Amino acid sequence: MPEISRDEVAHLADLARIDLDDAELDHLAPQLSVILESVASISGVAGDDVPPTSHPMPLTNVFREDVVTPSLTAEQALSGAPASDQQRFMVPRILGDEQ
Amino acid sequence: MSAGADLTRRTAAQLADALAAGETTSVEVTQAHLDRIGTVDGAVHAFLHVDAEGALAQAAESDARRAAGRPAGALDGVPIAVKDVLATEGLPTTCGSKILEGWVPPYDATVVSRLRAAGLPILGKTNMDEFAMGSSTEHSAYGPTHNPWDLDRIPGGSGGGSAAAVAAFEAPLALGTDTGGSIRQPGAVTGTVGVKPTYGSVSRYGLVALANSLDQVGPVTRTVMDAALLHEVIGGHDPRDSTSITQSVPDLTDAVRRGATGDLTGVRIGVVKELGGDGYQDGVQARFAEAVDLMVANGAEVVEVSCPTFVHALATYYLILPAEASSNLAKFDAMRYGLRVLPEGIDSPSAEDVMRATRDAGFGDEVKRRIILGTYALSSGYYDAYYGQAQKVRTLISRDFDAAFQQADVLVSPTAPTTAFKLGEKLDDPIAMYLNDLATIPANLSGVPGISVPGGLAEEDGLPMGVQILAPTMADDRVYRVGAALETLLADQWGGPLLDRAPALNGAS
Repeated sequence: MPEISRDEVAHLADLARIDLDDAELDHLAPQLSVILESVASISGVAGDDVPPTSHPMPLTNVFREDVVTPSLTAEQALSGAPASDQQRFMVPRILGDEQ
Repeated sequence: MSAGADLTRRTAAQLADALAAGETTSVEVTQAHLDRIGTVDGAVHAFLHVDAEGALAQAAESDARRAAGRPAGALDGVPIAVKDVLATEGLPTTCGSKILEGWVPPYDATVVSRLRAAGLPILGKTNMDEFAMGSSTEHSAYGPTHNPWDLDRIPGGSGGGSAAAVAAFEAPLALGTDTGGSIRQPGAVTGTVGVKPTYGSVSRYGLVALANSLDQVGPVTRTVMDAALLHEVIGGHDPRDSTSITQSVPDLTDAVRRGATGDLTGVRIGVVKELGGDGYQDGVQARFAEAVDLMVANGAEVVEVSCPTFVHALATYYLILPAEASSNLAKFDAMRYGLRVLPEGIDSPSAEDVMRATRDAGFGDEVKRRIILGTYALSSGYYDAYYGQAQKVRTLISRDFDAAFQQADVLVSPTAPTTAFKLGEKLDDPIAMYLNDLATIPANLSGVPGISVPGGLAEEDGLPMGVQILAPTMADDRVYRVGAALETLLADQWGGPLLDRAPALNGAS
C-alpha cells in the first residue's frame, strides 16, 4: 500500500490550490496516510468484468427546450462578488511576471 | 404550560389541523417557535441565522390566505428550519464554512421555492459540518451544535442543526441533506425522524453540492407523518436539475396511515447481516433486535439477508465522495462570490496566489483533507486503482441491494452503530468519525430511499438510537409504511413518543 508522503501532500495541495503551511502539512499528511490505507481495501474487490457506476440513476441526454427563460440580472449575479467593475467580476492579475 | 410552549410541542400535522380549524394562527405558531429559539438556542446552537422578521411576515401572509379561504396547502403556516447548505434568496447561506461567511444567494433552491409556494414560514438556517463533511457538526466553522438529550454530546452530522432544532422543539419541521447519512444519523442520535428520499426524486437545484451522485434533500421531523407531509411538498420532477427523475412521488401520507395501524401482515423484513455485529454498541443492537421482534409480533416476516459487498461501502464512499467534492469545491476560487484573502508578503499577488491563500484561510481541516484525498484519487496513475475501482464496487453494492430486495420488501438495520458521543471525542480522528456512517452509506451509493425512526434508549447510556428502514428505488412509500408501523408500536409500548423522555431545556447554557 503506497504511503502518501509529506511532499506528495504538498504537491496535491498545490494542484488543489490550497496554500498549506508547514504545520498543516505535518498535521494532515499522517492523517491522509491512515485514510488512504483504510480505503485501499477495495483494490481487487471488483473484477474487470464489472461495469462502473457513476450515478445511481442512469439518465442520458437530459435537455430542456431551446427557449429563453428568466435568469439572474447582472446585478444579482455580481451581488456576492468580492470586487466588481462595469458589470464584470474584478479579479487580481491573471498573468505571472514571466508572461 | 403557556399557550406558546404548547404550540411548540405539537407535531406539524397537529399544527396544520389547528390552523385549518382556526384554533390558532400562523403568526402565533411562528412566534412561539421564535420564542423557543430565543430561550434554548444559546445552549443548543442549532441555528446559524434566525429570520424572525421574515418568518413573521410570511406567517401573516399565510393567515391572510386562510382568512380569505385560500390556504396554499396542508402545511400552509407551519414554520420550518432549513439546513444552511440550501440557497435561500435574501438569507445568508454559509454551508458552515468561513469561505461563504455573509454570502446571500440571489436565488432560492427549488425545494425552498416549494416551501414558500406551500406557505411554510422559514424560521432560519441550521448549523452543519462544513460543506456537509462530517458526522457531528463539529466541523462547522461557527461552532458545534449540542445534542438536546445531553448538551455535552454531538447531535450527529452533517445535519445536526436541523435534527437538534426539531428535537429541541425549536421547529416542527426542518430540511436536511443526506450524502452518506447526514439526515438519518442525526435523526438516530437525537431521537427524531429523518428520511433520505430516492436519489433524484427531490430536486438538488440550489443545494450546494458536496457529491452530486450521492446528495439528496429530505425531511427532518419528529414523526413519520410529518416527514411524509413535508416530503410531498418538496418532492417531484424539477427541470432545473438534470438528474431529477420524472416519475411522480408515491402517495406517502396514505402509506403512513396504512402503517399507523401497526399491522405488518405480509411484509417481509430483511435484516442485513453485514450491518450489525462488530463495531455496533450493545445497547443499540439490543434495541434493534427488540424492534425487529416487535414487527414480527405484528405480522411481519423476518429474513436474514447478506449483502457481502457492504463491507466495502465505507471505503468506496471515501473515494467517490472526496473525488466529487474536490471537483465541486473548485468553484470556491475567490473570484465570483465568497471570501477573498490576499496573501501576506506578496506585492501585486496573482489570481492564483489569491486563490491559494483564500482556500487555505476559508476551508477547515476536514474539507482540506477531503479535497486532497479526492485530488489524489483522481490523479493519473491512481485513477484506475482508486476512483475507477470504487465505481465498480458501487455496481456490486447495487447488485447486493437488488438481490436482497428479491427476498425482502424492506431492509432494516441500526441507523448508526453507536449513540451520541462526547463533543471533541473523535474530532481529530477522521476514521473514527467516518465509522458513524457505516450503515447509512450503502443507500447513498445505490440511490435507494431510507428512513431513521427512534428505536429507544440504549441501556448503558440512556441515549437514543435509531432503526433504519431501506426500500427499493422509488418505493419510498414502503419506508413510510413500515416506519409508521414501528413508530406506532413503540409509542404504544412507551406510552408516548420517545422525545417525551428528553430532558427539559432551559435558557442556561
